[in-house]
Amino acid sequence: MIRVLIPHHLRTLANTGKEVEVPVEGAVTLRTVIDALEARYPMLRGTIRDRATQERRPLIRFFACGQDFSHTSLDTPLPDAVASGAESLMVVGAMAGG
Amino acid sequence: MSGVRVLVGTRKGAFILTSDEQRKAWQVDGPHFAGWEIYHLKGSPADPNRIYASQSTGWFGQLIQRSDDGGQTWTPVGNEFAYDGVPGTHQWYDGTQHPWEFKRVWLLEPSLTDPDTVYAGVEDAAIFRTSDGGQTWQELPALRAAKGSLWAPGAGGMCLHTILLDPTNPNRIFTAISAAGAFRSDDGGETWRPATHGLKSNWEMPDPEAEVGHCVHSIAMHPARPEVLFMQKHWDVMRSDDAGDNWREISGNLPSDFGFPIAVHAHEPETIYVVPIKSDSEHYPPEGKLRVYRSRTGGDEWEALTNGLPQENCYVNVLRSAMAVDTLPACGVYFGTTGGQVYASPDSGDTWTTIMHDLPPVLSVEVQTLL
Repeated sequence: MIRVLIPHHLRTLANTGKEVEVPVEGAVTLRTVIDALEARYPMLRGTIRDRATQERRPLIRFFACGQDFSHTSLDTPLPDAVASGAESLMVVGAMAGG
Repeated sequence: MSGVRVLVGTRKGAFILTSDEQRKAWQVDGPHFAGWEIYHLKGSPADPNRIYASQSTGWFGQLIQRSDDGGQTWTPVGNEFAYDGVPGTHQWYDGTQHPWEFKRVWLLEPSLTDPDTVYAGVEDAAIFRTSDGGQTWQELPALRAAKGSLWAPGAGGMCLHTILLDPTNPNRIFTAISAAGAFRSDDGGETWRPATHGLKSNWEMPDPEAEVGHCVHSIAMHPARPEVLFMQKHWDVMRSDDAGDNWREISGNLPSDFGFPIAVHAHEPETIYVVPIKSDSEHYPPEGKLRVYRSRTGGDEWEALTNGLPQENCYVNVLRSAMAVDTLPACGVYFGTTGGQVYASPDSGDTWTTIMHDLPPVLSVEVQTLL
């Protein structure tokens, strides 16, 4: 199972705790993890990726193992520690405002 | 016992205010969707327990929520607003053409007869419809064929903010879009044409009488006389007696004819309400006095309504969707401000009370009359 930390507003929307676990078959990438997340929690569709383009929404960030994966391809493999469940993928609402 | 339910959308959530027919004591429920922008909530005229809400943030995008129990519980429904076919382009700030991009839902207009059918006005401007209670949304794309390539975003975005359904003719729909104008369909949305003859925008458009480009802020109608429309334009308060074919100015003695909302009394089709704002550069009431102006002559002659409203040092705005009326025998009038106040009048505007003091900035106010 892949562990995913999701931000406050999405926890409220999906009625979950801070961290959720989702199953991913095959390669563990941002795309496959978000696909699994949206399959488990359909109300999250459109909140992390743009509905039309399926790209990351501008004010969403992806962090894992101390690295920023926000600007890498959605098909880039995530670190082994995420794939093994040792570490979480963090979906973060970017700092924005004053 | 009859009463009212006031649906308030704010920058940081939705609030539901209920009262009996006296409209003196209010019960406050909320915030719903705390922390999210709620551009609009509206109940179905066919089933008052069915309410739809537009929920969004810059971070997480657009959601649509639906309640089947009068706003006590909510369920997210469909949030995919895909333009029909290749979206095409519209005019951009620099004069170039820019692709249509969905940003948010500004308003939700439920069908007058079917709780599962709702129209949505979105930014970038387009009209969508659901017929399955919000699960799926389909665009009525012909609207954008009404010279859409000439539309340009105003300061608030290129938003479709007004949808009026004719209660006597299910095929007739009016829409209004900031900095694009007013449009009418007589065939259920299959075709559209501009409904702007008579509008003049001397300071905003190179051709002041062009068919599209007028910054319409809101339009209202009385259900008993759907061919009569009242419009608050960027500047100018206007009236049409022929379903938008021709417009004439009715600003009369208003202290300013700039403003955002306009409303019609529930039982007096010639009684209308506006909230004058100083100017397009200064979005607050003239002289720091919050005054609703009422005309009982269908325009031209206006009286200031001030009893219970702040008459000094008031610098709030009232946004286009933030005024509504109830249909109780003594018509109630309601509006919300960017300062977070919600004001109510249980007597057609003669006297006002503050029913909420300190909400987040109010984006929309709608009222359901509960019998």
